[in-house]
Amino acid sequence: MGGGFGVSTTSVLGGVVKRREDPALIRGTGLYVDDLQLPGMLHAAFVRSPYAHASIESIDASEALAMEGVRAVYTAADVEHLGDLVTQVAVGKLRPLLAGNQVNHVGEAVAMVVADSRYGARDGADAVDVDYEPLDPVIDLKEAASDAALVHEDMASNVLLAWEGGPWGDEEGIAGTKETIAAAKEREDTVTVSMEMVNQRLLPMPMEPRAVVADWNQGYGRFTVHSSTQIPHALAGGIAGTFGLSLTDVRCIAPEVGGGFGCKLNVYNDEILVCFASQQLGSPVKFTETRRDAAGSTIHGRGWVATATVTGTRDGKVLGYELDGIADMGAYSQNFTVAIPFLGLFVGAGQYSFPTYWRMACVHTHTMTTDAYRGAGRPEAAYYLERAIDAFAREIGVDPSEVRRKNYIPASEFPGAATHIGFPMDTGDYENNLDALLETVGYENLKAERDQMRADGRLVGLGLATYVEVCGFGPSALVDLGFSWAAYKIPSGFNGSGLVRIQADGTASVIIGTGPSGQGHQTTWAQIVSQQLGIPVENIRVTHGDTAESPLGIGTFGSRSAAVDGSATYEAANKVAAKAAKLAAHLLEASSEDIVFADGGAHVAGSPDQTVSWSDIATLAYQPHRLPEGMEGGLEAHAVFSPGNATWPFGSHLALVEVDGDTGDVKLLRYVAMDDCGNVINPMIVDGQIHGGLAQGIGQAMFEDGDYESDGNLLKWSFVEYPLPTSADLPSFELHRTVTPTDINPLGVKGIGEAGTIGSAQTVVNAVVDALAPLGVTHVDMPLRPKRVWEAIQAAQTNGSVS
Amino acid sequence: MYPRSFEYVSPGSLDEATSILASTDGAKVLAGGMSLLPIMKLRLFSPDVLVDIGRIPGLSSIQDQGDHVGVGALVRHADTASDPLIAEHAAALATAASWTGDVQVRNQGTTCGSIAHADIAADQPAAALALGATMVAASANGTREIAASDFFVDTLTTALEPGEILTEIRLPKQGGGSAYEKLGRRGGHTDYAVAGASAWVDLADGAVCCGRVALTGVGPMPTLAEGVMESLIGTDGSDAAVAAASDRALEGVTVLEDLFGTVEYKSHLAKVMTRRALQQAIAAAM
Repeated sequence: MGGGFGVSTTSVLGGVVKRREDPALIRGTGLYVDDLQLPGMLHAAFVRSPYAHASIESIDASEALAMEGVRAVYTAADVEHLGDLVTQVAVGKLRPLLAGNQVNHVGEAVAMVVADSRYGARDGADAVDVDYEPLDPVIDLKEAASDAALVHEDMASNVLLAWEGGPWGDEEGIAGTKETIAAAKEREDTVTVSMEMVNQRLLPMPMEPRAVVADWNQGYGRFTVHSSTQIPHALAGGIAGTFGLSLTDVRCIAPEVGGGFGCKLNVYNDEILVCFASQQLGSPVKFTETRRDAAGSTIHGRGWVATATVTGTRDGKVLGYELDGIADMGAYSQNFTVAIPFLGLFVGAGQYSFPTYWRMACVHTHTMTTDAYRGAGRPEAAYYLERAIDAFAREIGVDPSEVRRKNYIPASEFPGAATHIGFPMDTGDYENNLDALLETVGYENLKAERDQMRADGRLVGLGLATYVEVCGFGPSALVDLGFSWAAYKIPSGFNGSGLVRIQADGTASVIIGTGPSGQGHQTTWAQIVSQQLGIPVENIRVTHGDTAESPLGIGTFGSRSAAVDGSATYEAANKVAAKAAKLAAHLLEASSEDIVFADGGAHVAGSPDQTVSWSDIATLAYQPHRLPEGMEGGLEAHAVFSPGNATWPFGSHLALVEVDGDTGDVKLLRYVAMDDCGNVINPMIVDGQIHGGLAQGIGQAMFEDGDYESDGNLLKWSFVEYPLPTSADLPSFELHRTVTPTDINPLGVKGIGEAGTIGSAQTVVNAVVDALAPLGVTHVDMPLRPKRVWEAIQAAQTNGSVS
Repeated sequence: MYPRSFEYVSPGSLDEATSILASTDGAKVLAGGMSLLPIMKLRLFSPDVLVDIGRIPGLSSIQDQGDHVGVGALVRHADTASDPLIAEHAAALATAASWTGDVQVRNQGTTCGSIAHADIAADQPAAALALGATMVAASANGTREIAASDFFVDTLTTALEPGEILTEIRLPKQGGGSAYEKLGRRGGHTDYAVAGASAWVDLADGAVCCGRVALTGVGPMPTLAEGVMESLIGTDGSDAAVAAASDRALEGVTVLEDLFGTVEYKSHLAKVMTRRALQQAIAAAM
């Protein structure tokens, strides 16, 4: 329970080790892509569409090309032979590298200008004259779903597909579920509560925008590409595939990455285009997004409108849950796009056992692509479910914690429990987690305090929400469900890998194929290896993100790295330990079965006085002539780990808010999280992940709004228009844990990168609705900016003023 | 976010700066740069020459000048927010400065810069208006004083002429009490004002004898709400009197809608902020 901040340098899993990444980041000596200065490097800038939908009548680049320092202007005709942008789930209209005769969202790239300096590139881009003929855009989701006007004239419908379950893909089962819920609605003893809610579009906005430098070496026939990406191996494969090269011809390096949140889990057209330009011009080419580029041309998240309906009896037993809605895919499908609502479908019924019918239609609109943004489908699913459960609880007058408790999948069903679509889950004990939260906060007393404050005339509310998420992807067998990375020349599913190499001096190098953007892998992975080998953390260096060095990895997203690549590294460390035990046994003239590793060396169990150091062991390993007969020299091991399932973390969150009735201003007084991510490798890093996740979920609840105007304009080009939460806007989070280890990986870890985001938006909104319930407010759409809350109060009030 | 090409000069004296401004077309004064540089990077504004006054000596202090407190052109928001003279004689400005931007902006941006830029949702212009500040403008022709009530002319437009530098604002030592209240775009006091109000009030013999109220974030520019004081003067300053007076906050103001507020909402907020600022100012004056 809890995350203390007492720091030790012990290597034991579960101990706090200070992030080893931080000295470089804090001192400003870490290398980001934009820090890179290569000899002769050129700079790219993009000409972008100011229209949501328009035909391109002509492009005149003559003025730009005449400017000093401008080397080239490329348009669609120059890159058509490279095909569309590489995409994993190729459903819908794929993105052209540059717009051809039509633009389909504001910010779409129309031309790329390459110049000697970034200023010159921008000047050149401003000088390119594009003649557009504006067309009517399709922006509204319901209008798009109606097919009243088509986003792409060569497609039969704007609706790409609908994810539907009941039992997923089982038409008979789905029909049966619908019948069961319809029958429940018919019963006289049931209550049905239904609400249409918007889960608004969000802009990921990492602190470091995306940046890429491509360097084609004609002599070596090889690309070296530095990119701020979460998926260096997929980027290398995407470039190789696009240019007809082999994987050995492309080296991708993700140096320090300043935040990703899923938006760097795509290969982008600019990454391909700077490669093209580097090949054409024989010089390295850099593109660093401006904040404006990032707002309009890097993927967005969320963007759902749906109706959630709960039917149940007045004692709180839910007999059916339905979600029916539309998810905005934007104008083009990129890496996962249509798969994002599918992730929501997995957890559509959350941690509950009631019959659930769930349907989300995926539609194109004239907006930027949506794709994976922290939580990716799961925050949306959890939001609708937990808002609806709360509304049902309020309607029947039963405490929201009781309604949840009554409907949980019981702990006794694990192992063997499955989701509403029939997908097996690993481990879970939801009631225990909820109880721990309620006990920690003193729930009954807290309710009494709220009631007292209300009696004093204050608008105070308590919000509760619980969640289960699916993460830690995962199984290689996802290939068989259609989720392979084959488009990126990676045939595998989502398995991970790790390589542990004992250097000749007895220190250890750990090389992994992940692509972290702040998750602390250099620390966590050192703890895993230190635990298994007894090598102190300070003698272990972890490197990642360089495809020339590291074994194949899929990257860092979906709260998967520790559970998958961490487990692979654990197994690689065990392989090293097995060989090292033989070497130590040889030195100690003992049996390898009796060797234990501790305190930077090895000894025979029961005889800790006589030890050999890792340096001794390594020296032997690299002097093959001294080895026992039959042993190979060297001391390193590689392991691939493919778990049998994803992982299913869960948790319960509570918020206490106060609303200023005069202004609609919402103040978050307390936020308490009880998360269960299985075993914890480093509590400080886990707490940090929860902090950031909560900030992002609360950001959606209270501040952020990436929705387009009805004419297709996006009026959110900077942080002036798109307010992100800062530490000054948030309370000091109260974090707690229950621990229910998973049984699908050797570390027992589930993943924590997205949990805070998945659990928090609905917790805050439930609290605000609770605060306003005495006034008759039942729903307010996010973000709960003061204006919207005040308007909800005004609408609910039939007479008098709140103050 | 790359500005167009421009020239940069860094004069060492005020005379040198004003003479450059007098002889150069398309020149713009740079102090903290917290408003100017972002709009240059967005290419919304592209001056030919930036005249950086940051190295001119004598502009960085807050000084007691007898009947007023002078705030120099290079005084940072953070200094304004924490200075004891400002706290004593111009509390509303201290509060407004403490709610301007974030920590980095407050350490770099200047009070005079914020006032000269005159953003429609900025904090300190409203405080300067309510406090009855006097602006000192220097040019190659000498210096002149401009009353705050004459200073804010239109959206992002002040009475400063091309060639003039706002070298100081003078805050009268006038007794009474002052306050600033706002609702920020992210709620509370963070970010630009959706609506804000500043008030200065003095009492004599248990009655409100004089004062000023100014609004920000609501209309095209920071504006004095003269009707409010007309109602309040002569009353006892009770909550009821303040509430009645605050209802006149919008007289003569054209309320503008933006991403963060409708006309209806901003109109309501202007009255709420006026009421709250007045209540605090009266409490401070007592």
